[in-house]
Amino acid sequence: MSFTGKLGWDSIPFHEPLPLVSAGVIGAVLLGVFVWAWRRGHLPYIWSEWITSVDHKRIGVMYCLLAGVMLLRGFSDALLMRSQQAIAYGNEGYLPPDHYDQIFSAHGTIMIFFVAMPFMIGLMNFVVPLQLGVRDVAFPTLNSVSFWLTASGALLINMSLVIGEFAKTGWLVYPPLSELRFSPGVGVDYYLWALQISGMGTLLSGVNLVTTILKMRAPGMGYSRMPMFTWTSLASNLLIVAAFPVLTAVLGMLILDRYLGFHFFTPEAGGNQMMFVNLIWAWGHPEVYILILPAFGVFSEIISTFSSKPLFGYRSMVIATMVICILSFMVWLHHFFTMGAGADVNGFFGITTMIIAVPTGVKVFNWLFTMYGGRIRYTSMMLWSIGFIVTFVIGGMTGVMLAVPPADFVLHNSLFLVAHFHNVIIGGVLFGAFAGFTFWFPKMFGFTLDETWGKRAFWLWISGFYVAFMPLYVLGLMGMTRRMQHYDVPGWHPWLLVAAFGAVLIAGGIACQIMMLYVSIKTRKDRVDESGDPWDGRTLEWITTSPPPAFNFAVLPDVKGEEAYWGIKAQAREQHALSKLPDYKAIEMPRNSPTGVVCAFFSTAMGFALIWHIWWLVLLGFVGAWATFVVFAWRDETEYEISADELKRLDQERRRSKATLLDLPQDALS
Amino acid sequence: MLRDPRLARFSARLAALGLCVVLTACEPGILNPAGPIAAGERSIFLNSLVVMLAIVVPVIVLAFAFGWWFRASNSRAKHLPEWAYSGRLELLVWSIPALAIMFLGGIAWIGSHDLDPPKPIASKARTMTVEVVATDWKWLFLYPEQGIATINRLVVPVGTPVKFRITSAGVMNSFFVPQLGSQIYAMSGMDSTLHLRADKAGRYRGLSAHYSGEGFADMNFFVDAVPQAAFDRFVATARAGQGKTLDWAEFVAMAHPSRNVRPASYPRIQPGLYDQIVMRNGAPEGEKAEDGREQ
Repeated sequence: MSFTGKLGWDSIPFHEPLPLVSAGVIGAVLLGVFVWAWRRGHLPYIWSEWITSVDHKRIGVMYCLLAGVMLLRGFSDALLMRSQQAIAYGNEGYLPPDHYDQIFSAHGTIMIFFVAMPFMIGLMNFVVPLQLGVRDVAFPTLNSVSFWLTASGALLINMSLVIGEFAKTGWLVYPPLSELRFSPGVGVDYYLWALQISGMGTLLSGVNLVTTILKMRAPGMGYSRMPMFTWTSLASNLLIVAAFPVLTAVLGMLILDRYLGFHFFTPEAGGNQMMFVNLIWAWGHPEVYILILPAFGVFSEIISTFSSKPLFGYRSMVIATMVICILSFMVWLHHFFTMGAGADVNGFFGITTMIIAVPTGVKVFNWLFTMYGGRIRYTSMMLWSIGFIVTFVIGGMTGVMLAVPPADFVLHNSLFLVAHFHNVIIGGVLFGAFAGFTFWFPKMFGFTLDETWGKRAFWLWISGFYVAFMPLYVLGLMGMTRRMQHYDVPGWHPWLLVAAFGAVLIAGGIACQIMMLYVSIKTRKDRVDESGDPWDGRTLEWITTSPPPAFNFAVLPDVKGEEAYWGIKAQAREQHALSKLPDYKAIEMPRNSPTGVVCAFFSTAMGFALIWHIWWLVLLGFVGAWATFVVFAWRDETEYEISADELKRLDQERRRSKATLLDLPQDALS
Repeated sequence: MLRDPRLARFSARLAALGLCVVLTACEPGILNPAGPIAAGERSIFLNSLVVMLAIVVPVIVLAFAFGWWFRASNSRAKHLPEWAYSGRLELLVWSIPALAIMFLGGIAWIGSHDLDPPKPIASKARTMTVEVVATDWKWLFLYPEQGIATINRLVVPVGTPVKFRITSAGVMNSFFVPQLGSQIYAMSGMDSTLHLRADKAGRYRGLSAHYSGEGFADMNFFVDAVPQAAFDRFVATARAGQGKTLDWAEFVAMAHPSRNVRPASYPRIQPGLYDQIVMRNGAPEGEKAEDGREQ
């Protein structure tokens, strides 16, 4: 047994310049940022205020940042795939199968686990406690652990670029291909351990947010008064709590197969690959609702806010959300009608799948009626929302078609399927994430994003989406299957060229988003959000300042109805005065803690060591992570106090800005 | 919205137009069926498309119409700042999708039973059996009744229903001939059944529709649907071939990973070979090792 396990100099893919060069560039950029921060003296601030922060807002922002960076990685993979397929007609293209297969596996894994998930969890983390009118999530330090474990998984996946290889099995590592016999390399192990570690983070984050929503609402914030985004977050996190243990278990079984010679999924010793496929989709289908439900919540908030109307059919929307939440566990088999389960089973799962279209359809109609009779302000967020409605119903339609088993028999695994799920994930989840990020950005940072670049980004993204994915529907009907490294059918080639051009348009959209951030940060002094309520909002996150103080609310708001903040604003306008000056009491806030980042450091070491069979380091990593928790458990001082005077002073500033916003006389403050 | 016949007709026309664009512009695919299964699947596909377009098109139109008309700068638009509930509309928005789904659910249930892959195709002609083994990365077709086998080329008589028995020598694949219809997973240790029939003579592309590793992109084959006489000639030619008998040892050897394999045939097969492959879960690792397969 070697000191470095399976790791050696030959583990570094010197023969493949592409990953090495790109990793070198990423490394150089990270190093540059680090050196810049160090020279400017920002490092202590970054460490004490961000990396060790247990503030749900900071953690939410870091989740979004992680998602943004990983989006660049996942999208680079997409560009490589589109260009390979545009070229590889009748030839091998420029990416050999060995490389191409890693790229599509990494693309799917990264986009789902490290872009869509952190983006949504980031928004939920940031917004939910604010919408509930509380000061933090239920377990602030655990929240930090969750984030850093997710980051640890993302780091491991990216390490596979330069050390070893990534899985060549597709993003769901179906056995027997992913078993040791057919995938003896470390690629599948990178996948398994990265997802086990980040999956743990996601599960903890789900527990945290469910507890927060169920147990920690502002006085008067009953379930029937919770904002729609909070409701969808509740549904999404309930699904996380129920589904992620299944993922952990099924990946754990594959790990046992690969590491200890178990035979859960190896047919030659009585195992069964079909069990894996069932279990992975028992997680995988709820997963897509984990992603899309919060996006539905984002659109509900945005459409209502910018139509200047309450959400139409609030109760219907809540019911629809919870129906989707429950039904999502009863449809997993539609991912493999072609396994041959028989007509009764296929028919049953086809119908349950279609039934989900009912509550989803209700939501779409209710968004339309929310716009009806409104005064719609066309910000970029509203563009994303209408773009979403139009795109998503198309994706939903093709989804229902795939749910008809006989149609699926000819569409399954084709590019029609690929077009369908990009249709709903880009048009739904990603558009939702972008809209939500723009919507809450002023709350995060205290200034608004540049609308010109935001709108340019929208137009490029949506046109790019249609140009890139509509040809894929056609290709699916022409019988082209997914994951082909090359092909020799002349009729496919023109459509793949068009699709590649679509990817270029999307690249333009991403460039506009980077410009949007750059321009906005540069001109932030001109775009400060003084009032804390830049969009004439309706929910509690807009009552506090932008960005909110660490404690969010000096005094927890008193909720008297749906759309709590809208009601408070209306009352203030009516009485021509803000509410009475409250009785400020000192509060305690949790102290920042390096537990999360230290724990994730050891987890990363342990994951890396497990991948490369470096057993001493496994032990070290495990003991380190465990010891970190022990140290945290025995902590003496957990909280710090903010005095009543300090609260009063800060809240006076906030009240002054609200008085200005509502055009109230300054003497009406108290 | 479903109840408006004009709209339904319009949607049907729109779908037909879209279909024409696709049909004229492209290679044969699932919309150019060459047999009853594929034809049945195409009509289910098109029916469900039209039913849903009847809802989806109006929704898209409404999204643009409401979005345009209720823009903030339009002072002529009705303003209902408090309007957030209407029992009648709620009933309507739940029932429109529910009705559509009841209809589509019926299509799905009946279709699942009519086009169930193991269901034999009613036909005057006698059903022929072909056994399919997916190996890394080529397709092996055994003709137990004719006693021959082919690689990457499948020949079937026109109008004769074919019962495919499908398994895998290792990893998962999916046996799929788009113009003939249904695909079914090929899995080691599993024996799946699929019935297809080619009604038009011709050459159809077949492929693996489930990613299976490095040589996946080349895992294609041709299906030649030929008249019975031509099929008999094909069998006779294959039987007269010089190749080895396909027995277990030869099967293990041919199952070695290889890419881009040219069509070939075996003049004789060991009886019961397919069942042996299923029972032994494909080609087990140990036996492959004897033949020098990389571990």
